[in-house]
Amino acid sequence: MSAVTTTSFGTIWRSARRNWMALAGLSMLAAAVIVAVFAPLIAPYDPKADLKVSIDDIYAPPSAAHWLGTDDAGRDVLSNFIYGARVSLIVGFFASFISVFIGGTIGITAGYFGGRVENILMRITDIMLVIPDLPLAVVLVALTKPSLMNIILVIGLLGWTGTARLVRSQTLSVKERKFVLRAKAIGCGHFHILRRHIFPLVLPLLVANTVLVISLAILEESTLSFLGLADPTTLSWGQMLNFAFTRGGVSAGAWWALIMPGLGIVWVVLGCTLLGQGLEQVLNPRLEWHHLSVGPKMVARGAKEERP
Amino acid sequence: MSETAAVLELRNLRKLFPAGRSGIWARTSEFVHALDGVDLRLEKGEILALAGESGCGKSTLALTLMGLEKPTQGTIWFEGEDVTRQSRAGRQRLCRQIQMVFQDPYESLNPLMTIGEIVAEPLDVHRLAQNREERRGRVEKALEEAGLKPAHIFMNRLPHELSGGQRQRVVIAAALVLEPEVLLADEPVSMLDVSIRAEILNLLAELRERRGISVLLITHDLATSAYLADRVAVMYLGRIVELGETQAVLESPAHPYTQALLSVIPVPNPRKRRERIILQGQPPNPVHVPAGCRFHPRCPKVMERCRVEDPVLAAVGAGSHQAACWLVSGGGSDE
Repeated sequence: MSAVTTTSFGTIWRSARRNWMALAGLSMLAAAVIVAVFAPLIAPYDPKADLKVSIDDIYAPPSAAHWLGTDDAGRDVLSNFIYGARVSLIVGFFASFISVFIGGTIGITAGYFGGRVENILMRITDIMLVIPDLPLAVVLVALTKPSLMNIILVIGLLGWTGTARLVRSQTLSVKERKFVLRAKAIGCGHFHILRRHIFPLVLPLLVANTVLVISLAILEESTLSFLGLADPTTLSWGQMLNFAFTRGGVSAGAWWALIMPGLGIVWVVLGCTLLGQGLEQVLNPRLEWHHLSVGPKMVARGAKEERP
Repeated sequence: MSETAAVLELRNLRKLFPAGRSGIWARTSEFVHALDGVDLRLEKGEILALAGESGCGKSTLALTLMGLEKPTQGTIWFEGEDVTRQSRAGRQRLCRQIQMVFQDPYESLNPLMTIGEIVAEPLDVHRLAQNREERRGRVEKALEEAGLKPAHIFMNRLPHELSGGQRQRVVIAAALVLEPEVLLADEPVSMLDVSIRAEILNLLAELRERRGISVLLITHDLATSAYLADRVAVMYLGRIVELGETQAVLESPAHPYTQALLSVIPVPNPRKRRERIILQGQPPNPVHVPAGCRFHPRCPKVMERCRVEDPVLAAVGAGSHQAACWLVSGGGSDE
């Protein structure tokens, strides 16, 4: 039987445990979240503290006092890096929340009601899909005040198209199932059917998609910050890259100021992607081989499952 | 027509589905004639079997009766009231009176809801239970009436923990909880194991006995209807072609189509040989319904008149047995 017939979070957890991608991604993401939450405890210095800086402190190489050296203002790179995780993750979580909310609502509405409603909503989605995100985001952020809130809003309001398409297609398949027809025969209204019969079966896919959208949002935030469009007082990983790049970090040979934020971005994005794709493999029956097909993957999967 | 206690009556019901492309550029000149003038009465407390091959419009009829498809033409009467075109509130009220059991019990239950939630859902939607105790009481009563005893051990189970027959009982319980007058059973046993079928059919018969519920049993299997039904209606290409008491129809079928259907039912006696009438060809395309009698291209007894004139239901013998065939309505007298 396909994975989707009995999709509850219990089953998902059980199959996710066997999926190394999901597990690795989850651990990477969890590590990043822990670092962000406990930043004041972990970081050796407070990045907002006033510093008396001498010329030797600027782009100082790694030492015992500053394990990862200092940046252009003489601040500790490790502390900046740890606090930067907060900004990146906050933007990632909130922006993807907005995206998934908008995309989920549009997708489920379009898929369920069909007809003209679907046509209008999906054409809007297509228009949003073909507009290049980055230039539009740059314009929007440049027009509004560069603040954390605006960055979250811009990323969230531009990033929902993929979710909308995915949720719509899942809704289309769920609404054809007979228990939805039976619900109509019982006399259930549209809202009740959406809430009790459609949404719970779309939800697992939505969760997997959210994780992927988080990684995109973090990447986009880094891009915007790197381009100098973020609030200069909030220090995100993109901002660190931006400062190091524009304020002579490269010519000073201060590799430590460039590599750490880059690694941070890669770590979180990779974690999200692994977790998201792992969850998707568990949840999306279309990624699985048909049970009657004789493919190498099917054999491998069967062999794997026999091991205790 | 007499105005006795017909619970449900269909008059000249038609349902056309546009065929081919839809959209702005499509010109829909062609239609699938799913229901092509159906007249049918369901009496109070009766089990009426509606038989016919796949694609003849049986399921469309059920969905139209449930208000899930709008009829193109014709009227539906429920207890003497025209319920064809109704407001949302009216349809909501009608839902309580007419409930449906679906063909596939594996698909017709939400896999994430417990049995208790599934059976309570109609009560919640129609706000029929005043409090939790009443709600629970009615759910348990419906489950036990549907033969899931003791009810409390099923309440917290999920559909995948039950067998096909048990699931079908859950579907029936969820229909019964509204205490309907009419049960539409759309092939309720065709997806079940043979050993379970009789149990579910007996349950339907029992419900009729106990509650006086009327059942429209949709089936492709005349043997099933013989087992249970008071009357049988045979449908071909969206129209009733033969109608009558079960015994009369099954023992002396008047329409050649019914005769063909009956001749292929296996007889549990290897020495008894019967001639099987194997119909030629596919059922005709419901987009282009044949002129004259709709059955004439496949009829083994086709006459000249059948190709031109469309026969209507006419009495066969003395009883309520009717058939739409020129052989019955004095086809020979013209020649």
